Amino acid sequence: MLSLILRDARRGYAGGGAGLTVSFFLLVTVLFPFAIGPDAALLTRVGGGVVWAAAVLAALLPVERLVAPDMEAGVIDQLAVRGWSLAGVAAAKTLAHWLAFAPPLMAAAVVAAGLLNLPGAVLLRVELGLLIGTPGLAALAVATGALVAGLRGASAVAGLVMLPLAVPLLIFGTGAITGGGAALKLLAAVSLLLVAGAPFAAGAAMRAGSD
Amino acid sequence: MSLLALEDVTLARGGRVLFERLSLAVEAGGAALVTGPNGAGKSSLIRLAAGLLGPVSGAVRRAERTALLGESAALDPELTLERALAFWARLDGAEPDAVTDALDALALGSLAQVPLRMLSTGQRRRAGLARVAASGAALWLLDEPANGLDADAVAMLEGLIAAHRAQGGAVVVATHLGLRVDGAQPIPIGGQVC
Repeated sequence: MLSLILRDARRGYAGGGAGLTVSFFLLVTVLFPFAIGPDAALLTRVGGGVVWAAAVLAALLPVERLVAPDMEAGVIDQLAVRGWSLAGVAAAKTLAHWLAFAPPLMAAAVVAAGLLNLPGAVLLRVELGLLIGTPGLAALAVATGALVAGLRGASAVAGLVMLPLAVPLLIFGTGAITGGGAALKLLAAVSLLLVAGAPFAAGAAMRAGSD
Repeated sequence: MSLLALEDVTLARGGRVLFERLSLAVEAGGAALVTGPNGAGKSSLIRLAAGLLGPVSGAVRRAERTALLGESAALDPELTLERALAFWARLDGAEPDAVTDALDALALGSLAQVPLRMLSTGQRRRAGLARVAASGAALWLLDEPANGLDADAVAMLEGLIAAHRAQGGAVVVATHLGLRVDGAQPIPIGGQVC
């Protein structure tokens, strides 16, 4: 299990995968000041939400790389022959993806806070929210990746599948910036639900896909 | 005890019955050679034996440790050959020398430090065979193992299969090429055109 997690995490960073996600995240954050104007007070007010929306969009980027290449190369088959449960494989992939996704994103959020003129207290709440919310986003990304593996136009379908399911994370994540404790708890609940449930959906999708 | 046993197995794919009531048992040291035209269901039979497909009816029993050579080698293209093989050897709990031995057996020793994406089709096929050889599994399921291999490599493959059987292993080979597997039970499927 550990070998698989390490392998997947390495593949997440290799080939500029994590760098690409982070660049995209920063690019989306930079778009907002251009779109709504350089009014510092306004940016401070919407900044937390912008960071969250950018994070959800950036989570979409690696979806196609998570499961489809392994299905194609027969890696999933090889694991199944060895008696691995595919839900277990999906759980390992979720953890590996989180390791390759969350730390760079949270580091980039600091830069984004600078660009959006966010005060330290807001940044702290955003980072705390991301820490709690990214495991849910990672689980959702793996499940989506398994569902769309092998489809034509997979990335477009991935967006349609994943973004609606990510809305609760977005609502409670941004809610936690102003609302405080209750929103954080709800964010944690949604994230936990996704982490617990998504690997089973991903496992079933992989089994159906390899049939 | 047989390492692979199919009892009265019927397999259908995409609403089409590939074969009906097929029974077969491969003992330790034994081999089965699955032959048939393209699309007859050779690969499906291998995947059925590996547990990746379920039969419509009948039962499949196989050895606990099974190695599968599918269509692709399932080795990470950006890794060196040695590291890519070591990943699976670690998952299989193989002996420390298993990878080196398998590389030597398939004359891949000189390519051990070359990334997989640089290898040719035939070399990649041999790399897949090396993964199977290094696994230490008793039952080998090989789907078209001779695809892309030159004459020398085919002889190497035949030697590898013979050596594995001599050590008490069992092999099921699906091929449309004339691979020589001594004393293998022939399993012709899909003889008639439907």
